[in-house]
Amino acid sequence: MFSQEFMRNALLAGTFVALACGVSGWFVVLRGQVFAGDALSHVAFPGALAAAAAGVDERIGLFVATVAVGAAIGALGRGVLARGPAASAGSSPADDTAIGTVFTFILGLGVFFLARVSTSSAGGSGIAGAHTLFGSIFGLTAGEARLAAAIALAATALTVAIGRPLLFASVAPDVAAARGVPTRLLGIGFVALLGVVAAEATQVVGALLLLGLLAAPAAAAHRLARGPFAAIALAGGLAVAAMWGGLALAYAIPALPPSTAIVTIAVGIYYASTALA
Amino acid sequence: MPADAAHPTLSWNVAHDVAQVLEYHFMVNALLAGSVVAVMAGLVGWLMVLRREAFAGHTLSMMAFPGASAAALAGVPAAWGFFLFCAAGATAIGRLSGPGRRASWSEQSAGIGAVQALALAVGFLFVSLYGGVLGDLESLLFGDLLGVGDGELLLLAAVAAGTLAVLAVLGRPLLFASVDADVAAARGVPVRALSLAFLLLLGLAVAATSQITGVLLVFALLVAPAASAQALTARPLASLVLTVALGLAVVWLGLGIAYFSVYPAGFFIATVSFVLYVLARVIAFARGGTRRDRQPADAPARPAGVIA
Repeated sequence: MFSQEFMRNALLAGTFVALACGVSGWFVVLRGQVFAGDALSHVAFPGALAAAAAGVDERIGLFVATVAVGAAIGALGRGVLARGPAASAGSSPADDTAIGTVFTFILGLGVFFLARVSTSSAGGSGIAGAHTLFGSIFGLTAGEARLAAAIALAATALTVAIGRPLLFASVAPDVAAARGVPTRLLGIGFVALLGVVAAEATQVVGALLLLGLLAAPAAAAHRLARGPFAAIALAGGLAVAAMWGGLALAYAIPALPPSTAIVTIAVGIYYASTALA
Repeated sequence: MPADAAHPTLSWNVAHDVAQVLEYHFMVNALLAGSVVAVMAGLVGWLMVLRREAFAGHTLSMMAFPGASAAALAGVPAAWGFFLFCAAGATAIGRLSGPGRRASWSEQSAGIGAVQALALAVGFLFVSLYGGVLGDLESLLFGDLLGVGDGELLLLAAVAAGTLAVLAVLGRPLLFASVDADVAAARGVPVRALSLAFLLLLGLAVAATSQITGVLLVFALLVAPAASAQALTARPLASLVLTVALGLAVVWLGLGIAYFSVYPAGFFIATVSFVLYVLARVIAFARGGTRRDRQPADAPARPAGVIA
């Protein structure tokens, strides 16, 4: 299995992207932002299509769209993101309808760009669209894999670096704000960071399946581990395990797409954790 | 598509433009189907926004993808797969808040996310097993409004009539349970059964809406009109009526513009509904910005205007 170059590339990129997803996903679940993360993963698709329509590298469109929308959600969002007992008390956020409306519009723009791409340059757009939606981890080149791993590693490091104040701001926003923690800035910064992770993971598992890596291992870690830092490590570990298991399974069964295998294992881990705890 | 329908021209004579749109059977069908769906999605969406189940609704809309691809694989009509997977998804989401314990919001949304991810992963597996369905994938995700036949129109109308009938029966206890679940449970209202029943209705509404707008754009009819209406008025009945009116306006305007353009209808429907939503939020902000500030952050949910 390791003698194949595409497999080595997939493992390299997949490991670090899964790690980034697991670690940032733990904060996503803690802060009740799963829907925001979902919205980010979906706007990756219009971003890539817009880039294709404009004739620039798809990845630029991915990053611009997810980071911009992430920052916008962070800046506009009230209940979930900046203040209130939403995250700790587990009450539902008031702005999930706002998220839903905004990302539906952006997906509408995606339809527009899809029409533009398919009318201007015939052929290939359907394939590109499918790759963006569902990922193409076995199609990564060595350079792409190294770049993806580096960006994902940087995003993980950044999340861990802001981990302590972010945890404080998520669990007790009012106390944190009173202690001088910039909770609002942290909220915006975290969602923007999530945008980077979403854009990176889109290339691996695809825009539609990102949620599996982001939410499922993290939710399992929330159930299984007690201390926050043990839980963060567990979330990262479970995500990486799902990635390795999925890649191996997809390699063994050619009919099985790697994205499906990875996400199925991640969700399986989540359901196993609900049975355990 | 008839030959001259390919190059329709927009004039300043509105009556002539409307007559031109209505000249073609496919366009009349599209408008009728869109209207049926707008009414149904408006009413169900209004309750969904009130119950803050937008994420659940979005996840149910994603169920259409494995549903349609499984139906393609099994060789049965796509609508069967839609409805079957929506029902399965609604049941899976309903089970997340198990008996005896109320799952917290973040826990519940993580569970919903897991359900969604699994459904999409399975759908992708079906697509790759089926092979060569990618061309239809886009019309599934983004809708193919202009291909609604007479049979589909009848099915949509029947589904909508059934949903509205169930809503009429369940409406009062459902509203009670949505506004204050604890008090409703104490009064003997079967909150959990109602919540599962509503998710199933939501699944039906989503599956019907996705026939028009596509899976990815159902919120244009399901959330945006309801959110706009609830931002504009706090009175339940008024906002309900306004929701339906806005939904119809979105469909008619979106389809009308799409007829005169080369771009897909879904884009225009999403854009019109977003513009209406932004307008509603601006009006609500200009009118009642101070009213919200007086509301404590953790006040109990008001019957409507929860997002105002």
